[in-house]
Amino acid sequence: MTELLVIFIAASITNNFVLTYFLGICPFIGVSNKIDSAVGLGMATTFVMTMAATVTWLIYHYILVPYDLVFLQYVTFIIVIASFVQFVEMFIRKTSPALYKTLGIFLPLITTNCAILGLTLFMVLRNYSFPEAIIFGLGAGVGFTLALVIMAGIREELDFADIPEPLKGAGITLIIAGMLALAFMGFGGIISG
Amino acid sequence: MIKDFVKGLWKENPVFVQVLGMCPTLAVTTKAVFGLSMGVATTFVVVSSSIVISLIRKLVPKQVRIPMFTVIIATFVTVADYMLKANFFEISKALGPYIPLIVVNCLILGRAEAFASKKGVVRSFLDALGMGLGFTAALIVLGSVRELLGAGEVFGYRVLWEGFTEWIVMILPAGAFITLGLLVGLFNVIDKKVMNKETKVT
Repeated sequence: MTELLVIFIAASITNNFVLTYFLGICPFIGVSNKIDSAVGLGMATTFVMTMAATVTWLIYHYILVPYDLVFLQYVTFIIVIASFVQFVEMFIRKTSPALYKTLGIFLPLITTNCAILGLTLFMVLRNYSFPEAIIFGLGAGVGFTLALVIMAGIREELDFADIPEPLKGAGITLIIAGMLALAFMGFGGIISG
Repeated sequence: MIKDFVKGLWKENPVFVQVLGMCPTLAVTTKAVFGLSMGVATTFVVVSSSIVISLIRKLVPKQVRIPMFTVIIATFVTVADYMLKANFFEISKALGPYIPLIVVNCLILGRAEAFASKKGVVRSFLDALGMGLGFTAALIVLGSVRELLGAGEVFGYRVLWEGFTEWIVMILPAGAFITLGLLVGLFNVIDKKVMNKETKVT
């Protein structure tokens, strides 16, 4: 149980996917304008991450490894993720058109979020067991949402700030991300080793 | 035609102007040599996949083009990954999962979607090559700055004096974000100056 908790905290806070592994930077910079859309995208991504971790773990250990097809790993994983995002999109459209409208274009873009493919690769590299993989996916999703929402909150305030001309847009966003990364380092002591 | 090639180097530089492909840019640039290897691997993938996509662009139905492109890209990434593992094992080990992550580098899918799926083979090749080299150059600059300030070296050669206090923060994630942010700002300043000069001349 403690091990699972450690994996969860490590994935969501101390080794935050966005701020220490630089995964999922594209939506992090692109979508973090408003808190509402940040929360929506974060939750959708968390769901896809958890499911992707579950499904790719099963495929990797029950199909790719026994049949000696590990070299197909990247192609398989990306197909699983893409079809999963498609499935989530159809499901949300059928069940909750309102939510579907709010998320709009961000939904299909989850496929190219490197955090999800990165998650499945780390999961294989670290040899996680099945429950560990699920918790890892969930933790990474929560961490992604956390970073996205904090960033959106800061950027909403930033509209009123006086920023030097050349740094407007991407420049200042990256610098703020750097400061956030420093702040998150402060959590490093929670887990030793 | 030459324009297709040159624009990736400066005017539409994938990193500084379009802010695409950020994950590898930030993650692997702790040293200049890692930036170079990542740039070369990415250039290989973007060039090969652009050629193939441009060749088959009329055969692929519109609805399934994105998954098709992704599978083509993933195939070339697998090739690049195995080549690196066979020839440069140390570098491949250091870059770790960031080589397979080239699959989801938005730069590559972006070129496929915006250029190779619409234009002929030669132009797509030049476009991809320009973008790849622009990406590589940006990675080398970022890697050199971080290596210089973080370790006092560039490409492994000692540059700064002995006893220089290394800025550890440059090697940490925070340094990556801040350096890239400042470089983007610097790029904008230079770009503006150059543009002003051009308008004055004409």
